[in-house]
Amino acid sequence: MANLTLTEDETMLVDSARGFLDSASPVEKFRELRDAGKAYNPEIWKQMADLGWTGVLVPEDQGGIDMGHTAANLLATEMGKTLVSSPFISTAVMAATALRQVSDNPRAAEALNQIAAGEITYGLAIDEGPKHSPDCTMMEAKKVGNGFELSGDKTFVVDGANADRLLVLARTGDGDALTLFDIPADRAGITRTTQNMIDARDSAAINFDKVEATGEDIIGSVDNAMDVLKPALNAGAAALSAEMIGLSSGAFGMTVGYLQERKQFGIVIGQFQALQHRAAHLWSEIEVTASTILNAGRMLDEDPENAELAVSLAKARASQTAKLAVVEGVQMHGGIGMTDAFDMGFFMKRARVAQEWLGDYGYHAEKIATAKGY
Amino acid sequence: MPFDTTSMDTFRADIRTWLAENCPDGVRDGDMTQDAICWGGKNFKFESDDQKQWMEVCAANGLTCPTWPVEYGGGGFTRDQEKVWLEELEAIDARMPLLSFGIWMLGPALLHFGSHEQKLHYLPPICRGEIRWCQGYSEPGAGSDLANVQSKGEDKGDHWLVNGQKVWTSYADKADWIFALIRTDSDAPKHKGISFLLFDMHGGGVTTRPIKLISGASPFCETFFDDVKVPKDQIVGEENKGWDVAKYLLTHEREMISGSGSSRGAGRSLGKVLSDANNGAMDATLRAEAMAVDIEEMAVELTIERYKDQAAGGQGVGDASAMLKYAGTELNKRKHELFMSAGGSTALEWDGATGSLPADWLRTKANSIEGGTSEVMLSILSKRVLGLPG
Repeated sequence: MANLTLTEDETMLVDSARGFLDSASPVEKFRELRDAGKAYNPEIWKQMADLGWTGVLVPEDQGGIDMGHTAANLLATEMGKTLVSSPFISTAVMAATALRQVSDNPRAAEALNQIAAGEITYGLAIDEGPKHSPDCTMMEAKKVGNGFELSGDKTFVVDGANADRLLVLARTGDGDALTLFDIPADRAGITRTTQNMIDARDSAAINFDKVEATGEDIIGSVDNAMDVLKPALNAGAAALSAEMIGLSSGAFGMTVGYLQERKQFGIVIGQFQALQHRAAHLWSEIEVTASTILNAGRMLDEDPENAELAVSLAKARASQTAKLAVVEGVQMHGGIGMTDAFDMGFFMKRARVAQEWLGDYGYHAEKIATAKGY
Repeated sequence: MPFDTTSMDTFRADIRTWLAENCPDGVRDGDMTQDAICWGGKNFKFESDDQKQWMEVCAANGLTCPTWPVEYGGGGFTRDQEKVWLEELEAIDARMPLLSFGIWMLGPALLHFGSHEQKLHYLPPICRGEIRWCQGYSEPGAGSDLANVQSKGEDKGDHWLVNGQKVWTSYADKADWIFALIRTDSDAPKHKGISFLLFDMHGGGVTTRPIKLISGASPFCETFFDDVKVPKDQIVGEENKGWDVAKYLLTHEREMISGSGSSRGAGRSLGKVLSDANNGAMDATLRAEAMAVDIEEMAVELTIERYKDQAAGGQGVGDASAMLKYAGTELNKRKHELFMSAGGSTALEWDGATGSLPADWLRTKANSIEGGTSEVMLSILSKRVLGLPG
């Protein structure tokens, strides 16, 4: 079992990320974006690229810093604390992970360079129904001449409305014969409709109407999408879990702060044992979940072939913990917690979307049960 | 150390070879029920020759206390080497060679607070399973309010004369020596007048009486001290500063209790155990709860590992260990409720096909009481970790 403490480099990364995000992207910046109807701030994204974050999983040959999944998760955690909205998970974590599986492919190598430089963003067009279920992909990639023709609908394409490119999962045969395509988002036949989601971030429904794809657009090999997509899904789920533990900590910090200052019946409510014990329980849940996320990062870095169980554990735990953190956050704040003027609602809404994206608690619990043989 | 530490790979290979040669078949069942645990001590009755041989061969190689220094009977392992050892034990489903309060609690406290002479005197017999220790903390008026202990030690120059009563002294009837909190200054504020004393339970003046529990068993005792003479060199740390030792030891106790839940199906998924037991049949509620418990168990185990890694790296976890105790014991209760559900009517007979399952289930109810209740743990966390007002 890997060591579950942070190295000096990792601690430094966390400290510098916190310093940057506290000044560049506190929660009020998210409120400004939300009020302006914008999904993310390209300037902050550019600064993240300058700090090397967009290249955190890009090999050094392709211009990245290649610090690994534990580092990517630490960054995502810090972003979660102040609800930083950016295409980090879609692009820097998932697309980068998929593309680096085939980095001997010149097109993929170029895309990795562009990701590291902060020049392009990606959305992953995987989901078709209300629940995450890549194995059940129906969208057909029809063989036409030397290439394929993609037709069908994708939904909940996170960061998809603004993305420059899309990774599209489509069926090229029966059973598990799925293929992954990397195509520009403005290719003929693609229609994007912005989905106005509760977390005020970028999500799109995308219609593909006979969209042409050539062999060059395929990432990996025909019928074997999961060889390249599965590592990306695992990396994404781990980073999203990390974001959720960050937002749980952020919501929890606000809650404990409130317990220490809000007075009722003449004393601060943090003196009430009923609330103290609930706060301590929530802290325990966050602390236990943090271990699963660190473990998932270490497994992805050190034993990626066997990391799936660790990732599902992290996503299942993080989904439950984030739910508890925001529910308790609103409840302990009382009426003010329900107002739009107060930030807690942002945490609650983001938590709800993050719970669903890339598989909810039930999806990952099933994976764990299957892995354990029951 | 008889193992090649050139690299982790050579170390692991050596451990594997050693286990193949030295771990008897009879202890390769992962069983950690009460009868299967080797506790050691002068009066311990081994369940089998294999159990005895396993403890002795491990002790001879420092493997009963792998991370303790070699000069005190340990293996001198680093934390990472200990992980390899535990992983390899699990891989062959081997039982732990020796468990005891000496290893879990007194040992760490002695290593931290004891003099070199005390370490040399007390630690090797613990590693060899020769002396079984029990803990004399709780009293009828000092459970959750532990610093309120009243057992008194009168200064008689070269020794203390100890009088008083302890309660919930686990396995006191089977123990050889006791480590106890004794009030040695009645005038000082309650935390400041306590000393941490060690003494022989067969040396006169100590009587014990088992307390029968709802599980039908009596792991706990009442223990009485009548004019017990405790020589002055049997104190750990300074006089009247025993509370520091007690607190340090309690953090170890919390970690120990938090991790003591895997008495059934050790190393295996609970869902798998239940599924196998019922030929794959589980109703939806049971299956969902099994998943939840499996997830909780893996997460708690990782957290115990993370805290141990932190401690090994010099970052003490301090009061946060209360969380391990809270999470681990609540989990263990939940697990045993599930075993009972899965067993259905067959789990309800005292000596039925499921063996000690009902007694174990009842025993777990004490988990969130002993060593500080769950509510006390939450209070510790809210006040000392979260900084909420008292």
